[in-house]
Amino acid sequence: MRNLWIFISKYNAFFLFLIFEVTSLVIYVKYNSFQKATFINSSGEITGSLYAKFSEFSGYLSLKEVNDSLARENAQLRNQIKSSLYVDTVTKHKVTDTVYKQQYEYIQAKVINNSVNRSNNYLTLNRGSDQGIEKGMGVICDKGIVGKVVFVSGHFAVVQSLLHKDSQFSAMLAKNKEIGYIEWGDDLNPHRGVLKDVSNNALPKLGELVVTSGYSLFPAGIPIGKISNLHTKAGGVSLTMEVALAVDFTKLDYVNVVNNKFATEQQGLEAQQKKDE
Amino acid sequence: MSKSIVINLVRFVVLVFIQVFLLKNISLYNLSTPYLYILFILLLPFETPNVVLFALAFIMGLTIDAFYDSPGLHAAACVILAFVRIIFISITVQKDGFDNEPEPTLSIMGFRWFFTYTLTLTLFHHFFLFNIEAFRFSEIQYTLSRFLLSSIFTIFLILISGLLFFRKKERK
Repeated sequence: MRNLWIFISKYNAFFLFLIFEVTSLVIYVKYNSFQKATFINSSGEITGSLYAKFSEFSGYLSLKEVNDSLARENAQLRNQIKSSLYVDTVTKHKVTDTVYKQQYEYIQAKVINNSVNRSNNYLTLNRGSDQGIEKGMGVICDKGIVGKVVFVSGHFAVVQSLLHKDSQFSAMLAKNKEIGYIEWGDDLNPHRGVLKDVSNNALPKLGELVVTSGYSLFPAGIPIGKISNLHTKAGGVSLTMEVALAVDFTKLDYVNVVNNKFATEQQGLEAQQKKDE
Repeated sequence: MSKSIVINLVRFVVLVFIQVFLLKNISLYNLSTPYLYILFILLLPFETPNVVLFALAFIMGLTIDAFYDSPGLHAAACVILAFVRIIFISITVQKDGFDNEPEPTLSIMGFRWFFTYTLTLTLFHHFFLFNIEAFRFSEIQYTLSRFLLSSIFTIFLILISGLLFFRKKERK
């Protein structure tokens, strides 16, 4: 005890220093709100930076899992964005009229696949049998005819476009109603069709409008194109002329599928006629 | 003895006044702020008992704190200053060599010793003062530049005042 006392009195400066210093620091921390707030925080600064360093290091070890989970989340989010959703609601343009019975119904569809540079070109639409599309329906867009539906699945339809070796649609000259049929030209040009089998006394003119006749899948009067070149061969049975197609098949986006409500009835009747012959 | 008490009391009051009403308003670019009041602790007689020294340093600090609205800050720095002073004096001065309760003034101790004394103590005081005030390491560069510039200012003022009250007769 005596030794302790000697020790303390020998180094009294240090102990006094400790006492006064601690006192003043206590006063300081206690009465200054800023230091009071940061007293905890500055110790947290050290531990915080240590934690940050450690997690920076350990982050590398779990990079693979993080990558996987991010990729999974990406895919999940991608599934949710609008462009990958299949829009189920179909806008059908329909006119309810008590005087006229609706013959044609239009189903809006978006072209999701398209080709123009093959010898047989097809489009794919994002509408299918669920939305009422059936095989054999005509397809038009705002500028003119596009083709006809050849394959249908639940949600998609494949359209044989006019730019197809087998495509043939009934057409007529808009002015004098002379009938012919439109085909794709031989030179695989997506902007040019050929109007064939027009009677000799039609007297077509350059630039004359060619429209659908109403004898095929489409309502009458849907534009097809304009006459761009006349191959008038003397002595031929019929006239053949080149048509500049109204529809730019390279830029198709939205189309309408034409549902002819009387098509089955008409076909049934015509089949009966064939049977009779 | 009583003369020394009176002198130090006057010195205390004068230094506090100078510090609070004059030097508090002097601040060069917010970086260099002189703290001349530590002169009071520097000039306490050699024979001052440690308890008294610490207590006076503490009171001086608290008084300045009262004016600076920072309770404890200057007190803490002053207590550190007192401790450093005790160590410095015990290293450099033989206590028995003085009879007339001398003070560590410029005129008694000579320029070299007084300059080292002032330099060391001021640096210690200011270093702790500014760091306790900032209370974080994130602005250490700003704190250190304040500490250095303020120290230069304070040391300059202390040496000036030492020369002002230089009395050649006291030199033994």
